[in-house]
Amino acid sequence: MITLHINGAIQVFYHRLNVAELIQYLALGGKKLAIERNGELVPRSQYAECQVVDGDRLEIVMAVGGG
Amino acid sequence: MNSLSIAGKIYSSRLLVGTGKYKDFAETKAAIEASGAEIVTVAIRRTNIGQSANEPNILEAIPPSRFTILPNTAGCYSADDAVRTLRLARELLDGHDLVKLEVLGDPQTLYPNMPETLKAAEQLVKEGFKVMVYCSDDPILAKQLEEIGCVAVMPLASLIGSGMGILNPWNLQIIIANAKVPVFVDAGVGTASDAAIAMELGCDGVLMNTAIAAAKDPVLMASAMRKAVEAGREAFLAGRMPKKLYSASPSSPTEGVIAASKKSTA
Repeated sequence: MITLHINGAIQVFYHRLNVAELIQYLALGGKKLAIERNGELVPRSQYAECQVVDGDRLEIVMAVGGG
Repeated sequence: MNSLSIAGKIYSSRLLVGTGKYKDFAETKAAIEASGAEIVTVAIRRTNIGQSANEPNILEAIPPSRFTILPNTAGCYSADDAVRTLRLARELLDGHDLVKLEVLGDPQTLYPNMPETLKAAEQLVKEGFKVMVYCSDDPILAKQLEEIGCVAVMPLASLIGSGMGILNPWNLQIIIANAKVPVFVDAGVGTASDAAIAMELGCDGVLMNTAIAAAKDPVLMASAMRKAVEAGREAFLAGRMPKKLYSASPSSPTEGVIAASKKSTA
């Protein structure tokens, strides 16, 4: 069992997964977003190889209106 | 009207606009069209997880293929948060590296935290970002940001969202006189005349959001701002007449005025 902090909320998973799989699971596939794992940017090219592990803190962001 | 160059790219509009506080994306889009702006700011925020399936995205309304998107660090109160936000933004925008740095001091005034701003600017320049930086109107700090390598300095006219206009034109003039990079007034513009004054002082451009978005008719105000920035720029280039307290100088000829109608009784 792995517990992830995604955008400040806790989510529990029962299998190993990488960032690419996480994005699919969260129904965010194909969206313009960027991801940070434990304070470090995860480049898009590394989504498939980047395994998330228990306790990871993920920030998934998008562009919104702002001044 | 000579064009504006930022980090080697030429722009014909000197009005930069934000995309916050609009009713919906349709209004955002209409206002930005009316403003004629080519550089448009966006913020970076957490994605809604689990409830965003078909939510429209600002980048669909304002496509990066047509506009220069300027991601900002609004809401960041430390250099570290600002740098992380812009790394995410660069990834999000496929390597686009022109960014707006702002590190805020407190949520009441949104006044810039200058020590943290300088720290973040230094780090971002080191990482290859082209940094347009929101700053206080302190001429020394503005110069330091330029020396760090920022591509534009953007002193506030007055507090973000206040609509108070230009509170210290004298400091702005010192910043403009000493700068080798473009200077933009960012924040505090309330109405068209404020934008025109900024341009008449010699600013290279004006960045605004609330003045347009919070107007009763944002699209009409966007059009007004476009004209104000153009008018102010032309007036600056034309060079205004000197101010004179006395020494009246009539606009019409003093010769050939018709004679008084009544015969002199003398």
